Amino acid sequence: MAELDKIQRSLLEQVADIHEVPQGAYSLRINGQLFGKNSSEHIKIEKKSDKPGIDIYIEAGTKNESVHIPVLLSQTGLRELVYNDFHIGEGADITIVAGCGIHNSGSQESEHSGIHAFYVGKNARVKYIEKHYGDGDGNGKNIMNPTTVVNIEEGGYMEMETAQIKGVDSTNRTTTARLADRATLIIHEKIMTHGTQFAETHFEVDLDGVDCGTHVVSRSVAKDDSKQLYCSNVRGNNRCSGHTECDAIIMDNASVSAIPEISANHVDASLIHEAAIGKIAGEQLIKLMTLGLTEKEAEEEIINGFLK
Amino acid sequence: MLELKNISYSVDANTHILKDISLTVDERFVAITGPNGSGKSTLAKVIAGIIKPTSGKIYFDGVDITDYSITERAKAGISFAFQQPVRFKGITVKDLISIAAGSKISVSEACTYLSEVGLCAKEYINREVNASLSGGELKRIEIAMINARGTKLSVFDEPEAGIDLWSFNNIISVFESMYNRTNGSIIIISHQERILNIADKIVVIADGRIADIGAKNKILPELLDVKAGCRFTNGGEN
Repeated sequence: MAELDKIQRSLLEQVADIHEVPQGAYSLRINGQLFGKNSSEHIKIEKKSDKPGIDIYIEAGTKNESVHIPVLLSQTGLRELVYNDFHIGEGADITIVAGCGIHNSGSQESEHSGIHAFYVGKNARVKYIEKHYGDGDGNGKNIMNPTTVVNIEEGGYMEMETAQIKGVDSTNRTTTARLADRATLIIHEKIMTHGTQFAETHFEVDLDGVDCGTHVVSRSVAKDDSKQLYCSNVRGNNRCSGHTECDAIIMDNASVSAIPEISANHVDASLIHEAAIGKIAGEQLIKLMTLGLTEKEAEEEIINGFLK
Repeated sequence: MLELKNISYSVDANTHILKDISLTVDERFVAITGPNGSGKSTLAKVIAGIIKPTSGKIYFDGVDITDYSITERAKAGISFAFQQPVRFKGITVKDLISIAAGSKISVSEACTYLSEVGLCAKEYINREVNASLSGGELKRIEIAMINARGTKLSVFDEPEAGIDLWSFNNIISVFESMYNRTNGSIIIISHQERILNIADKIVVIADGRIADIGAKNKILPELLDVKAGCRFTNGGEN
């Protein structure tokens, strides 16, 4: 297999915290092509034949294994749409690390749109980590539109950590989920926008099963002239519990809108929403300055803590 | 060590909070007391650089620090414990103590600072300094941070407010060990007789002016004599 170049290694480190081609089960997609993939004993990765993307099959009962499926774009002007489907067998307990890094040094737009569908089997547990990162020295825009579709069967559990911290000019992130009896979905989203970036995020969760539950937590920081829109709708269609929280720090000339919706369609649905948008409290800055930090350092400390 | 010369602070032409305060601090413990609204907290904020005085000069070890920012004063060796500690989202007790100490510290070092203020380090070290902590817990963490800084001058704005009696007794030993470590000066704004009792010097502020100043042995009996209880036990929150 070919070697990764320096830019590709750096992107890989940003989105997957790894420096080289990963061990175990993985699929690495670079510049619109499958660069390499590897199946393991219990995890099969197969290229789709009808459209771009892969199917990942995790055997029932697979424990403590992980799958890495990073996507890197280092060629300017590339646009792609990829379908990745995860089939997680009954009782499995696994970690999936996905993410997309774009390095755009040209003047054309680079765009990656991924549609990830998760079929979480009965009593399976999944931790899904997704990072989006962009950089580049050109003036071409980095665009990412991740879509995540989640189906969790009886007693299944999925925890999703999604982060977009730097360099993505425009993003429209959509997550939809459907939960069966006693299923649980936890989502932690972190977003930081700067410059003239725009980030839009939508969460739709249908709590269909008895005693299923979700926590959707979004924390974001909007700097400079960036704009953010947060929309969520949690529908309680059975005896269930749902909690959504969006908390944003606004700075400079940024703008942030939060449109939360909770809908109870069952008398035993218990739903909560919390939302807050505000600038960094002056007293927080002052406190850290009395500990010897400059105003700028204090601001960074507060933001880092907030997005930790 | 610290010298305030003719410090005045006015909010507008008719509202004068501090009026011509001159004061030197060289002693181990200096207590500032006085009725609510007399300007004690404002004076502490002037020392920390949070409030700029309208007129007057501040010297620290002979250097004019009147125009120093909050950060510059902190770096010069001044610490300030807030009367109402600040809450953060995501920042942990360990983060704050590390920032205060000026370096990444080990769990056992942080443990020392926390246990001195009566908190079990293991339970608190990774807690976020957010609304889940009670006022009393935050107050102790505030004191632990000042202890971790270990600067020449530490200013405490009503450290006892909101702390229960058990830890109140401990506060005094915390101040004593802090002095042993820093060999500096500690200014404590307080209404509490027991805190005034450990002071070497007591400054009484009333209506923005120094009403009385002198050694504890001279001032404390006068204060207790004038109106026992009133100045000390009204639990003032300003």
